[in-house]
Formats: sequence, C-alpha cells, structure tokens
Amino acid sequence: MSRTSTPTLIFRRILAALPSIVGVIIITFVLTRALPGDPAAYFAGPAASQEAIEQIRETLGLNRSLLAQFFIYIGELFRGDLGMSLTTGQSVLSDLLARLPASLELTLAGLFFSLVLALPLGVLAATRPGSWIDHSVRLIATAGVSLPTFFTGLLLIYLFYFRLGVAPAPLGRLSLLYTNPPAVTGLFLIDSLLAADFGTFWAALSQLMLPAITLGLFALAPLARVTRAAMLGVLSSDFIRTAKASGLSRRTILFGYAFRNALLPIVTTLGVVFSFLLGANVLVEKVFAWPGIGSYAVSALVASDYAAVQGFVLTMALLYVVLNLLIDLLYAVIDPRAGVES
Amino acid sequence: MNIAPPTLPSSPLPSSPLSSIPLLAVRNLCAEFRTRSGTVSALENISFYINPSETVGIVGESGSGKSVLALTIMGILDPAGHVTAGEILWSQSAATLNLLNTPEKVFRQLRGKDLSMIFQSPRTALNPIRKVGKQIVDVLRCHTQLPPAQLKPRAIELLASVKIPDPAQRYEAYPYELSGGLCQRIMIALALACSPQLLIADEPTTGLDVTTQATVMNLLKDLATDRQMATVVITHDLALASEYCDRILVMHAGHLIESAPTAELFQSPQHPYTAKLIAATPEPHKGFNDLAPILGNLPDLRRSDLPPCRFVSRCDQATDPCHNQPLVNTQVTETHQVSCWHPLGGPQL
Repeated sequence: MSRTSTPTLIFRRILAALPSIVGVIIITFVLTRALPGDPAAYFAGPAASQEAIEQIRETLGLNRSLLAQFFIYIGELFRGDLGMSLTTGQSVLSDLLARLPASLELTLAGLFFSLVLALPLGVLAATRPGSWIDHSVRLIATAGVSLPTFFTGLLLIYLFYFRLGVAPAPLGRLSLLYTNPPAVTGLFLIDSLLAADFGTFWAALSQLMLPAITLGLFALAPLARVTRAAMLGVLSSDFIRTAKASGLSRRTILFGYAFRNALLPIVTTLGVVFSFLLGANVLVEKVFAWPGIGSYAVSALVASDYAAVQGFVLTMALLYVVLNLLIDLLYAVIDPRAGVES
Repeated sequence: MNIAPPTLPSSPLPSSPLSSIPLLAVRNLCAEFRTRSGTVSALENISFYINPSETVGIVGESGSGKSVLALTIMGILDPAGHVTAGEILWSQSAATLNLLNTPEKVFRQLRGKDLSMIFQSPRTALNPIRKVGKQIVDVLRCHTQLPPAQLKPRAIELLASVKIPDPAQRYEAYPYELSGGLCQRIMIALALACSPQLLIADEPTTGLDVTTQATVMNLLKDLATDRQMATVVITHDLALASEYCDRILVMHAGHLIESAPTAELFQSPQHPYTAKLIAATPEPHKGFNDLAPILGNLPDLRRSDLPPCRFVSRCDQATDPCHNQPLVNTQVTETHQVSCWHPLGGPQL
C-alpha cells in the first residue's frame, strides 16, 4: 500500500475525465442538431424569403453533412471558438464568460447559506434522534425541498421587498446606482472587497441575499439529511465507543472524531448538490432577473441557438469535471485512505 | 453432599475473601433494553467483586450479557439500555464511589484513566482517519497534566511499552496501515496510557489469528503483572480464560451462575451449565466426538414469563423448584458461589 501523491492523483482524474468530455461533445452536437426548429429560419426572421434563409443556412454551414459540420465544430473547439450566438450576436465564449461568474456567485452563496444551516441542524438532529429538534429539522428540510424555488423566490420578494421593504428590487446583481467593481474574479462580493469598495459590497450582498436564500433552502434538505444520517452512523461505530471509554470530552468526540468521519458522505452530497444547483438555478435567475448562464441557456434553447446550447452544456461538463476533481482532492485531505491504491 | 444451606432467595452481598476492600464491587445489578419488540432483561441480579491486581475471566456464550456488563461498568451503555437496580462500587484511595450515581463529569475523568477498556476487532475500534499516535495523545491530553511538548514522546514510549517495533514510525501510521495484532497493541497502549487500576478486555483476541492471540494475551498478562493492574477478561473461550485468569465468573442469559478460582471451577464445576461448558471445550487430548454440544438456545430475554433459572429449559436435572421458585445462591466454599437448586457437588465436597 502506498499513498498516491497529489499531482499524480490530479493527473489521473483528468485523464479519466477525458472520455466523458468527448462523450458530452458528441452528444450535445447530435442533440442540438436534432432539436426541432430551423436555426436559419429563426435567424432570418419571420419576414425573410426562402432564398434569404438558404443563404443564411449556407453561411452558417448548416447545409453540409452532419459529419462535416461535426469536424468543423471540433476544429473550432480546439481553437477555443465556441461559435457565435444567433440571439445575442456575440461570441458564445464571451457570453458565457460574462455570465458564468454571476451563476457561480449565486450558487456559492446559496450553498454557503445552506451549509451554515444544514451542518449544525444535522449534527443537532443526530445527537438527539427522536427529539423535537430532530422532528423540526425534518420539517424544515422537507418544507425547503417541497416548495418550488420560483415560489419561495416570489414569496421572499413579496415579504422582504414588497411588504417589509428591507430588500432591494429583484433586478439583477447590482442596483443601477452602483457601477460594477473592477473585474478580478467576476464575483462582485470578492471584487468589491478587493477594491475596498464597501458600499458596492453591501449593495451586491443585499441583491444576492434573497436569491441565495431561495437556492439555499432548496439545498438544505439533502445536506441536513445526509449530515444527520452520517453522524448517526458514525456515532454508533466502534471507535466512538473507544473514545467514550477513554473518557474523551463530548466535544472532542463529537467534532474531533465523529464529525470528521461524517464529512466524507457530506462532501459527496455537497458535490452533487452544487452541480445540480448550478444548472437548475435557472428559475431563480429568471425570478430575480439574475444575469447567469441558466437563463442564458434557456433562452438559447427556445431560440434553437445551437452554438450557445452546445457551449453551455460543454461548460457545465467541464465545471462538473473540475468539481469532481476538487471533491476527490478534498477526500484525500479528509481521509488518508482515499489516496490508497487498492 | 454437604453444601452450605441455601441462603436467602435474593443474591447475597459479594464478600471479598481478602480483608482488603475490593477495587470493584457489583451488587444486585439489573439492566434492561427497551426495544420496539419488548423489554430485554439483559442483566439480572449480578453480584461480584474484583480485587486489586487480580485477573478475572467472565465467560459465557454470545448473548449472555458479558459485554453489556462491561459497558455498564464503564458507564457507556447504549442509550436504549437502562440500569434498573443495583450498585457498582469503585474503591480508590480510601474513597468509594457508586459509579451508577456518579455525575458524568466526575465519571468521565475516571474513564480511560482509572478504569479502561479494550475491545474486540481492534481495527474498527480505532478512529480510521486519525494517526494512531495522535489518538493516544488525545487520551493523554485529556487525563494528564503533561506539557504539550512531552505528549508525543510519552505516546511513543507507550507504543514501545506494548512492544511495537519502530514506535516513532508507527506513531504516524493510520489503523488501516497496521495489522490486527498491531492495532490491538495500540488499543492496549491507549487503554493503559494513564496507568489504570482496572482494565476490562472485551474479547481482546477475537478476530486475531491464533499465534497473535497468544502474544496479545501474554502481553496483557505481563503488563498487568508489572503494573499491578486488575484485569477483567471477557471471553467465550473457556480455555483462554483458564490459561490467564485467577478466577472465572460464568454467565448465562444475563445471570451470573457460578464464580470460583480457576482450578476449583475446572475440578468441581457446580452449575450444570459450567460442567457442560467444560465438556464442550476442545483440548489437545479430546477428539471431535469427545466434545459434547450444549443443546438448546438461550431463552428469549424479551419474554415476560422468564423462569427464575434461565437455564432450566436446557438442564437435565431441572425439577419443580427450578421452574417456579426464586433462584438460590449457594456458597460452596469461601470463594466458590453457584446459583442453582441442584449444584453438582464434586470431588472436593
């Protein structure tokens, strides 16, 4: 048995991810071509003549065989060219790069909110199974997951913006009174702090609050339940009994011994929830007029904007690979056994 | 048969044959588990004592309540388990504590320091994602005043004291990198880190191969002798108990049915169950056909109408009083007790 070094681990993971990326490229290509609707007709507009449509079809290369189109697409991919969006008229790459940070910031904030709630709630529920705390945690989690996000979002807007007036208007990432902070990471909270612009920070935070809570409430249920189940499992294991028999303090047992062991399933679920939220937060983005990639992808899909859809799916696949890599690395940090070759 | 007259139906208080106060005295201990399918009477009227620096074996088949007894003494019984009666007296430096009503805060300071426990399957009994050395340091930090800089050297010293080769290197190992025997040595080092006066070893050799079993048991015996530490060895292996223990307590279905010095128990077992256990124990000169299995099973301890003697359905000599009269405890000799209406008698009596 030997522990694998971290660079080897990273390299091996990336290598293992290559086939899935190739698969994603092929499938998205085929699927976007199979979509109903004619991009050329859509692009030419309702009043265009048949000739104009044919002409556009030719400029877009849509009159060639599927295989030829595919190789052109691959060639462009290698040059970092994701094509032009038919709806925005911009390159898909710049569209995605402009919108991805907004989605990331929203998802990360939602996840943060949900973790801050779910971990303590799950631990509390596990240490007192069957108590009123356990039951209320289950109730909160079930409510969070059964309310659709657009409903929670609208409810929060109604309460905090319309009735109480404590939240700003749900109109994107920053109210019109502020200018975007100089882009470093693309995340407004971090960029404004880097620029020491606290006014913008607060403005961005208050815009982010409601959509993040909306998303977070949805992620609360799986995280709290996994935390509870993992803690319950670990707390009844042999080594916890040893720790008790050694007279270790309750806090050492709970956090030093049990929680660290319970982290493994929690981190796994965290990865699943994260990638799920990243793609599925489109409803929240629509409700809060959030300029993220979810809403971009939906409008592209409706418009048969194949290049944008392909770009979106590819981005998600790459994000997913990166995310899984991060989670594997996190495993290796938490569990010394994770890097062992079997 | 000139057996001492039956005493009162309730079990007599355990009396230590030595004039000194026993280190641990358990009196009339009863414990039960409340489960969905009924209340399990796991321990009933258990009374015994452990003297300083003696080695006592608790023997019985699976489900006889040995481990429950150990966990109850340590005060770490599962929340579903409840002690319903009795006392557990711990005597140390001229003070006696009833562990059953000792506040958790005080009890926690005894656990792992004055009374320790090691478990079966050592590989799962250690935290899988913490270096074994650190786990020993955790215990030292909890119970000793050692300055932080001396914690690690002390832990390495402890690893060396249980004869682990390359202790400094092993300090950095995780349990999955070590063999079962090494893990059990580390468990022993962990349990003995603060020089306890009583060590409870619950099936310490289960899951280890035979040669490792012997080395682990010899190590335990040597360490106990060196430190004048009392040891309770819980096992289902009567042969192992006879080899290492001064006295043996035999349990069956939550009852303590017989206790005697090892030699005496083997020479003249008084309880039919003990006699059958001895007959079922493999020995070098016995062939397979010489081993007599004990027929039947433990009674279902959830039953509300358990007979007073829980061995009655498996016993050849059962008569009416066994079914409906309260169990009697008989003092066979000064050190030999049995709970049976029809003790077997034997060569010494």
